[in-house]
Amino acid sequence: MSRVLVGVKRVIDYAVKVRVKPDKTGVVTEGVKHSMNPFDEIAVEEAIKLKEKKIATEVIAVSVGPTQSQEVIRTALAMGADRGVHVEVSGKDYDLLQPIHVSKILAKLALDEKADLVILGKQAIDDDSNQTAQMTAAVLDWPQGTFCNKVEKTDAGLTITREIDGGLEVIKTKIPAVLSADLRLNTPRYATLPNIMKAKKKPLKKITPKDLGVDTAPRIEVVSVEEPPVRQAGAVVPDVDTLVGKLKEGGHI
Amino acid sequence: MLLSRCTSKNLISPKIGIKFFSAKPKRDFKDARTQPKHSQAKSSSSFMMNVFRGKLETKEVFPYPDVLHADQKELITSFVGPFEKFFLESNNPTKNDENSKIDDEVLDQLWQLGAFGIQVPEKYGGLGLSNTQYGRLCEIIGQNDLSVGITLGAHQSIGFKGILLFGNEKQKEKYLPGLASEKVYAAFALTEPSSGSDAASIRTRAVKSDDGKYYIINGSKIWISNGGIADIMTVFAQTEQIDPETGEKKDKVTAFIVERSFEGVTNGPPEKKMGIKASNTTSVYFENVKVPIENVLGEEGEGFKVAMSILNNGRFGMGATLAGTMRVCIEKAVEHATNRVQFGKKIKEYGGIQEKISQMNILQYATESMAYTISQNMDQGSKEYHLEAAISKVFASESAWYVCDEAIQILGGMGFMKEAELERVLRDLRIFRIFEGTNDILRLFVVLTGIQYAGSHLKVLQNALKNPAANFGIVSSEISKRVSKSIGLGAIDFKPFVAPELLPYSQKTAACIESFGKTIEDLLVKYGKNIVNEQYILNRLSNAAIDIYAMVVTLSRSSRAYELNLPTAQHELNLTKALCIQASNRVMDNIQSTKAKSQMELLNIMGEIAGEVYTKGGVNTTHVITNC
Repeated sequence: MSRVLVGVKRVIDYAVKVRVKPDKTGVVTEGVKHSMNPFDEIAVEEAIKLKEKKIATEVIAVSVGPTQSQEVIRTALAMGADRGVHVEVSGKDYDLLQPIHVSKILAKLALDEKADLVILGKQAIDDDSNQTAQMTAAVLDWPQGTFCNKVEKTDAGLTITREIDGGLEVIKTKIPAVLSADLRLNTPRYATLPNIMKAKKKPLKKITPKDLGVDTAPRIEVVSVEEPPVRQAGAVVPDVDTLVGKLKEGGHI
Repeated sequence: MLLSRCTSKNLISPKIGIKFFSAKPKRDFKDARTQPKHSQAKSSSSFMMNVFRGKLETKEVFPYPDVLHADQKELITSFVGPFEKFFLESNNPTKNDENSKIDDEVLDQLWQLGAFGIQVPEKYGGLGLSNTQYGRLCEIIGQNDLSVGITLGAHQSIGFKGILLFGNEKQKEKYLPGLASEKVYAAFALTEPSSGSDAASIRTRAVKSDDGKYYIINGSKIWISNGGIADIMTVFAQTEQIDPETGEKKDKVTAFIVERSFEGVTNGPPEKKMGIKASNTTSVYFENVKVPIENVLGEEGEGFKVAMSILNNGRFGMGATLAGTMRVCIEKAVEHATNRVQFGKKIKEYGGIQEKISQMNILQYATESMAYTISQNMDQGSKEYHLEAAISKVFASESAWYVCDEAIQILGGMGFMKEAELERVLRDLRIFRIFEGTNDILRLFVVLTGIQYAGSHLKVLQNALKNPAANFGIVSSEISKRVSKSIGLGAIDFKPFVAPELLPYSQKTAACIESFGKTIEDLLVKYGKNIVNEQYILNRLSNAAIDIYAMVVTLSRSSRAYELNLPTAQHELNLTKALCIQASNRVMDNIQSTKAKSQMELLNIMGEIAGEVYTKGGVNTTHVITNC
């Protein structure tokens, strides 16, 4: 194996309380702290580990999005990725960008860069789609190992432990393949300050979906984004009888 | 002539220990003495120095400094996220406090993170950050864990800062790489059992070997941060120096780089403290420690200059750190106030709480504005920031104490519980008013240095007046500065520098500066060199100076916000207005107190009370329940 392609998405930081814009067209992103999608951090960590074990020779971090997406590429480079590719998509195209677009972009890049492995986070914490890895494998017609809990290199290819409902599943796959990282795959390292400085000198290539022959024109329209309903205030009842009465009254029992 | 009354040779006696809190004033003093009689007095570009002359020197304060290039800003911004993340996820301040120790694993991570070599040049393995960039990281440390802050600060802000500032190339090459990234801890060893604020009186002694190749150090130091873990220490000791002019032998302090590996360095057990418990504080003993002559830091006999420059250079970091601490206290208070319901309303609705929250923010804003004014002045190459740095240390440490205390008050009983994580912060904060120059000493330092500067100008005028015809230039220029003052208000105009809506507030500030300068001059004329003994007056003048600086840095910063049309501009203008109203009233009160008869009466009574209490050794009143 020589080359690993990792997808890194810039999302609103997990610790930020997300607010809906007053005009209900989306959520407030301006002045809000952003960082790398946590599952993508796990993906980057796994790729770097493969490199440290000398299984991989080069790690390429890819982000699709506006200029600010370069921040998360830099983070990946500081963690240990070798170079970055920024596929610039901005404005309305970015607001409505779907997993299908991203998977086409990643698939094309995987071929162009002659990648042997594509590792992605299992989902992004902003839109929670959980589709990109699967679609990328489909576009490439490569095997896929999703929700990875453990990845081991064997002679034939990879042995992957997957997180499934109620337990773990072990599968074997050939290479090239597309993997998606689950929460327990590893603990991502910190980007240390000296490495952040070094990362500034690592190459970062900027391209557009057009360069890759991918059309990202929006096909969908956001009708309305709403806050989750606010929980109604509760009430304290004096005894069980009153409680039962209230429940009956409300038609709950 | 009023002026003729201050004809004493030196306006300020050089014999006071205060001067040692900065290398600068000492030199200024010398300059004032040695310069030819009728030349111009040395002028300073420091804003605060000139305030003591009632003069507005805007260079370092207006417009608000903005020294970082775009790529420097981008670099520091890219550090903020990972640095915050480390503190949030890997460091546990409560655990550190309870164990009185930072876990080795956390320290290891801090080393990897690069946190121990923030300002060491890249060629020696550090991050090579500017003062302003360093300040930004200090803020994050202050938000999270002051014990870690002291561990990091004792290491790089004072521990090996001497090597950065005064080290020769060989010393830098030998020590900096280890100190920046190879887990070699540093400490700064000045304080001794009998020598605290009066740093001139240290007893640790270094004796040169007969062959001149070594110094042998003997003595003990106390309360040394990182004393138990440091492998490299900046140590100050008395050395015998021969005056090149008179041939007289005299004790003068010399700074040394001492390695623990030199035999004879030992330390006591970690001290049990009120706060910053996880930072290591010990005594350090030197017993016949053989230090090669190459390890003298700076010039022999110039140790005080080294010590004071180091402390001076590190003070701005404290302001930035505490601005971060206040930020967190405010967040906690706001969170509680916006959720807690009492008497049927959220407590944030009550005027009493609103006043507290606003006050806390006003102080935070001023502290942060001071810290970044000074760090940026330093980055711009300013050499005279000692008054400003001392002011920011005093202001920041007292504001942070107030803000944390009020946060606890807003949280009520909840704030008193460990769980709220404010009691630890309050305990940690207490030391900031004591160490690196107590606030009391720094107050005197600020006012005496300022007065000395104002006095040197006064003296030039005095001398020139002896032969006014020959010194017409000096006389007329000095006189004209004074005349404009005696005309009173209006000589200082902030109009070109501040946002239009701040103009009335800046006028209050201007009036304060004018009145302050005039008062200094009057007091100099009245007391002459004896002003140094009037601590009651000096403290009030110092408080006025601190308030003036707070007003000016916020006027400048909020005007910048207005100029750049920042989304927070209006809020910042409001913080400034509030501060100017409060501070200008205090300044005028303080100035008034230095002259009012009633105040002098109070001062005398206070002196008598203290005398009685000293005699009794405590409270000296007759208990109410006494058979008479």
